[in-house]
Amino acid sequence: MTEILRVENLRKSYSGFLAVGGVSFSVAKGELKALIGPNGAGKSTCFNMLMGQLKPTAGKVFLDGEDITGRKPRDIWRKGVGRTFQITGTYQSMTVVENVQMALMSHHRRIFSLGPRAWKIYRDEAMSLLETVAMKNQADRPCSILAYGDLKRLELAIALCHKPRLLLMDEPTAGMAPSARIELMQLTADIVRDQGVSVLFTEHDMDVVFAHSHHIMVLNRGELIADGNAAQVRNDPRVQEVYLGGGTLFKENSHA
Amino acid sequence: MAFFLAQFLTGLANAAALFLVASGLSLIFGVTRIVNFAHGSFYMLGAFIGITLMDILPGHVGFWGAILLTGLAVGAIGALTEIVVLRPIYRAPELFQLVATFGVILVIQDLALMIWGAEDQLGPRAPGLRGVWRVFGEPVPKYDIVLIAITPFILFALWYLITKTRLGVLVRAATQDREMVGALGVNQAWLFTGVFALGSALAGLGGALQLPKGGADLLMDFNIIGEVFVVVVIGGMGSLPGAFIAAVLISVLNVFGVTYLPQSTLVLMYVVMAIVLIVRPYGILGREEVAGEHGQVGAPEQPIRPYGPKGIALVGALLFALALVPLFAEQFVMTLIVDMIVFALFAASLHFILGTGGLVSFGHAAFFGGGAYAAALLVYHTDTPMELAFVFAPLAAGVLALAIGWFCIRLTGVYFAMLTLAFSQLVWSLAFQWRGVTRGDDGLVNIWPAEWLNAPAPFYYFTLILGAGGIIFLRHAIHSPFGYALRAGRDSPRQAEATGIDVKRVQYAAFCLAGAMAGLAGGIFVFSKGSVFPTVLEIGESFDALIVVFLGGVKTLAGGVVGAGFMTVVEDWLTRLEYWRLLLGLVIIAVVILMPEGIVGTLRTLWRRIRNIDEETVK
Repeated sequence: MTEILRVENLRKSYSGFLAVGGVSFSVAKGELKALIGPNGAGKSTCFNMLMGQLKPTAGKVFLDGEDITGRKPRDIWRKGVGRTFQITGTYQSMTVVENVQMALMSHHRRIFSLGPRAWKIYRDEAMSLLETVAMKNQADRPCSILAYGDLKRLELAIALCHKPRLLLMDEPTAGMAPSARIELMQLTADIVRDQGVSVLFTEHDMDVVFAHSHHIMVLNRGELIADGNAAQVRNDPRVQEVYLGGGTLFKENSHA
Repeated sequence: MAFFLAQFLTGLANAAALFLVASGLSLIFGVTRIVNFAHGSFYMLGAFIGITLMDILPGHVGFWGAILLTGLAVGAIGALTEIVVLRPIYRAPELFQLVATFGVILVIQDLALMIWGAEDQLGPRAPGLRGVWRVFGEPVPKYDIVLIAITPFILFALWYLITKTRLGVLVRAATQDREMVGALGVNQAWLFTGVFALGSALAGLGGALQLPKGGADLLMDFNIIGEVFVVVVIGGMGSLPGAFIAAVLISVLNVFGVTYLPQSTLVLMYVVMAIVLIVRPYGILGREEVAGEHGQVGAPEQPIRPYGPKGIALVGALLFALALVPLFAEQFVMTLIVDMIVFALFAASLHFILGTGGLVSFGHAAFFGGGAYAAALLVYHTDTPMELAFVFAPLAAGVLALAIGWFCIRLTGVYFAMLTLAFSQLVWSLAFQWRGVTRGDDGLVNIWPAEWLNAPAPFYYFTLILGAGGIIFLRHAIHSPFGYALRAGRDSPRQAEATGIDVKRVQYAAFCLAGAMAGLAGGIFVFSKGSVFPTVLEIGESFDALIVVFLGGVKTLAGGVVGAGFMTVVEDWLTRLEYWRLLLGLVIIAVVILMPEGIVGTLRTLWRRIRNIDEETVK
């Protein structure tokens, strides 16, 4: 099993407060891996350090063996890492398809081009990406009036623009209806299978996590307390105690 | 040493009034997010009302009573202004309100002229404090000592108000999160009015308090506003202790500047501000502005589209009509249209970075004037042929933008605006004070076009081709990938950065392009007038461009051009009247209130409503 991402002893402290304390893990190629944990566990901080939005206090991040610690988000993106955010940040003044075209223009290094009309170039490519996430019928709507779930799918299409090796998804289904959640994660799982992308995602919905991820990591107060497959994590006493309490959710047979 | 100390005391005394005015502006900005240009006008009103009241009220009680009453009166005027002018437009795009406050400046200027006349008035001396005290043998006016003594009490009173009272809690809460305060059931409208009244009252108090040291005149408003903005920005927007430190710093530096470096007085504070902002991008005690923290106000911007066949036909017809003008029109019409095109190109270049890029520049005149001066200096000193000098205008302006942008681009929001203002003031003072090269306020004259252009009709066509060409080029740039990247960086810098776009670099490039285009406008301008004076580099010139962009509609592509055309015609028409500032101010306020989306934006909305087009239809 080859690794696409390896994280070694990653730490982040804010003036004395330790948000993430020495986390190490790896993501294998073609794997769909979940990072779960209660609010404030440090999941988003972790993600922001992986993608370069935050500089780690200590530790290393390797992408396919290459040290990318502390690089800028745009450089990490160019190395083939896609990212979606907990709160979407699409371009409000553009249409759906233009949002995708923008990422494509960046990918093809046309940002400083003054020649063509922007809305004419890479449109077909953008349309086929929108088709992948079933957003083609909304391609020409202004982005500002989209439903939240549709924004999430648009973000996924944008993140797929440069055919990433690794996709980081921060709470991809937050704020969506239960049926839409399953749908979106099914879509993601299909993409992982078809395109060989590896995915690391954080999530609060346990249905989603246990239905789709190959491996699960549990983060609590900045520390990794479990890393394994669904059964291992379910039965881990520390996970049950610290994070899940005594609910029935984690009994082996509660989900078909 | 004693002289040194006396100088220092004078600086401290000057800081009292400055701190009062600056703390008022800081409070208003912190809570309402309004950049209140009219704050200097309230300061001026304070001075005039103070003199009038001191005339009426006699003695010690009268003097100090008059100062307090002035504060109340100006506070009431501030409240009225807020209710009538600003309250209707809180939902307009961010920074739109500053245009309205500019209208207020003009109105107050003419009202003051009507009531108190054009002559400067000397402030009455404070009773019982006429003489000087000797400090280590140096004379220091008694009133200065009193001012120094009461400044800490003012700071303490404000500090108490902000940290210990219910109003203070509300103000601090609203400064951090307006929406939340509204959601908790606080009547925001009255909180804003209250804070605006308090801020205005502080400005009025400052105006009255400085009377024995200065006086009252009609230029006070503009003279103080630059200084006040500098103080608030150096201290950090919204921070009272910061404003206090900065007021002392600037006042003391100014006093020493006058003594030891007289030629520096015009720019000293801007140099200090530039240095502080380069080292600490949010002022001494300011808090970082998180992008998008205050949310989008107003309707989201519509996706843009180039004109369809109808639009192109319309623009074509307009250009054709403009091309026919020299065949029948008199010379003054051509001159007016040349002015209009020059201003439209200047405004369009500002609109490019402001509307598309979200970069609010308060110093765009540096590039317009910079271009004009670059060409004029070449012609004046080296007799360069006009054609070559003209090409030099946009080039020099572009290089200037390259230099200024390098410092400014790393800042955001109001701080970016203020640093561009500081640099434009530096350029202005260079033109004003480097007499050997620029001839100061005598200006550079006899800068006429080449032989083949030196007649009304040829120069008219020259302007039309280059001006319209420049505007069309900028429009094309907005629709190109570069323009889209610029818009992406404005809409969501995080997303842009996370998809490979170097937002700051895109903005830097756009800033330089806009500078070069403003320089092109400046080049046309200087050869159309035959001369150039430091006035083209003044703050007022930058604000004129800013105002027309907002009036035209910052969220529309034609906003800058239409706003400039509108303004040129209205000004040409109004300036023939005696109280034209009053009328122009009222026109600006009326447009702002009636057309919160700007002229083009409102027309577009109307058009949609008439045609019954669904908001989301985009062809």
